[in-house]
Amino acid sequence: MTLARTQPLQVALPTEVTEVRFDDAMEKRIRQILGRYPTQRAAVLPVLWMCQELWGWVSPGIMTAVAERLELAPAFVEGVVTFYTMYQTEPPGKYLLQVCTTLSCQLCGTSALVEHLEERLGIGFGQTTPDGRFTLLDVQCLGACGEGPVVQVNSDYYTELTIEKLDQLLDELP
Amino acid sequence: MEPILLRARDEANSRSISTYLRLGGYGALKKALIMDPSAIREEVKNAGLRGRGGAGFPAGVKWGFVPQDSPKPKYLICNADESEPGTFKDREIIHVDPHMLIEGIIIASYAISANTAYIYIRGEFVEEAEILERAIAEAYKKKYLGRNILTTGYDLDVFVHRGAGAYICGEETALIESIEGKRGLPRLKPPFPAVVGVFGCPTVVNNVETLACVPHIIERGAAWFASIGRPRNTGPKLFCVSGHVNRPGVYELPLGVTFREIIEEHCGGMRDGKALKAFIPGGSSAPVLPADKIDTAADFDAVAEAGSMLGSGGLIVMDETVDMVWALENLLTFYAHESCGQCTPCREGSDWALDIVRRIRRGHGRPADIETLQRISRYASQGMTICPLGDAFCGPIASFLNHFGHEFKAYINAAAPMPEKKLPVLPVRSGRGTFGL
Repeated sequence: MTLARTQPLQVALPTEVTEVRFDDAMEKRIRQILGRYPTQRAAVLPVLWMCQELWGWVSPGIMTAVAERLELAPAFVEGVVTFYTMYQTEPPGKYLLQVCTTLSCQLCGTSALVEHLEERLGIGFGQTTPDGRFTLLDVQCLGACGEGPVVQVNSDYYTELTIEKLDQLLDELP
Repeated sequence: MEPILLRARDEANSRSISTYLRLGGYGALKKALIMDPSAIREEVKNAGLRGRGGAGFPAGVKWGFVPQDSPKPKYLICNADESEPGTFKDREIIHVDPHMLIEGIIIASYAISANTAYIYIRGEFVEEAEILERAIAEAYKKKYLGRNILTTGYDLDVFVHRGAGAYICGEETALIESIEGKRGLPRLKPPFPAVVGVFGCPTVVNNVETLACVPHIIERGAAWFASIGRPRNTGPKLFCVSGHVNRPGVYELPLGVTFREIIEEHCGGMRDGKALKAFIPGGSSAPVLPADKIDTAADFDAVAEAGSMLGSGGLIVMDETVDMVWALENLLTFYAHESCGQCTPCREGSDWALDIVRRIRRGHGRPADIETLQRISRYASQGMTICPLGDAFCGPIASFLNHFGHEFKAYINAAAPMPEKKLPVLPVRSGRGTFGL
């Protein structure tokens, strides 16, 4: 049975996102987002999400463009980006392996998975493999504690993982 | 007990509006929209529905705090930030029956005269956000949302707002800041959100499970809801069980069921036949309880009497093999990471407590460490911080030391002596900066 159902992230090179402009399609989405709130500022999180979905991460250039579009100070937008853990401020690998390291998952054996991942990928938490394929992250509780250990790969949850299942998953990812 | 919140669990396509309608869904809405909003508030108050997000505050009373004469728009926010370690019930509701939540949101919005509602969902729940978006689109199509709902003249828009990774945004004022597009720093209360909430307007923030109870209360009446559970602790409750049990998962049971029944009957007992050592009854912020408290009733008041709290109903079960120093270190790692940094006692306290517990576990504990930890747990809790995150990490510290202090002492007694350092002897000062020595 196939396990993997995750598509790779499209990650923009730093040079592609130094100066950013929103095209018509993005402008349309921004206007839609703005329609949901009485203030422009409230659109910051959804607009940043939109950018990260398109470019894979949030570069300084993206932050500046978002700030200009929403008429906010660039420092304010950077403050928001750095407060929340899910906005990537460095270009990540194609697959973000987000390992839940909180208690319930740990009780079900996360440590062994982490050791295995570190050995197989040759990287530790916060690092990306040299081929740019995997980024390994330790994350706090993912809210699926009854199905631990849990690893979120990009947007998808993979639950009740064992070393065998994890290997299968890594082998299958496109 | 008949399943209520999870009644559609075994249905095929349980998420679709057609299944929901077939099971009688949106019937409560039709009933509610011809009631006076105050009558709905009264009904929910009489049902005794207490907030399922952790605090257990009566939902109907909370709704009553919204000043009805305020000329400002009013907002309802559904808190789907579910980030408390050990808690995964809201995700279950969204997966099984998103329309039940949406119907609850519409009725609650009507009860407080709100025309806009936001569902604040944690950023990690991408799939769940998509499920909700689809369900909302279905509800708009059937005229349960939008302008002139069911030709009653009532308007409501519901929007999904995704968080981006911050436990603190489950705290209602931090959540409000986050919707406003800011860093999720909790606000000082008062003013309470019911008076000054999102965009400076009256706002009610309710948990997913709380809102999912609302259609049932309207449909079947307050008396029926209050007949489930125990006095002051009424209604069905979703218990999320994780850790060392045979069948972890979400169980819908009446409030007041004992932890023994949950663990031994519903979850099939302890994994690998091991003995129970301890359990955390209500998500990681709830003080830990030792195995001999297993006969405690799982409701708000009984758990409080036993020295912990029911919180979100996230039951974390630990067997005899668990090193409690390790477990506390794990929890403190979480809180040190998630403290927003706004209040010094919490920001510094969580970090220092983690450092000390880590040092103890690595074999370099010092005899004074236990007292220092106890002091931190006193000085960062009970109103010393803007929001309850201070209490959330202090409760575990105090309770782990209280019930399992001997494990910490054993580590410290066996500790390798620290290498002797030659340091200048400084006079001990009391007062500012010496942590109340």
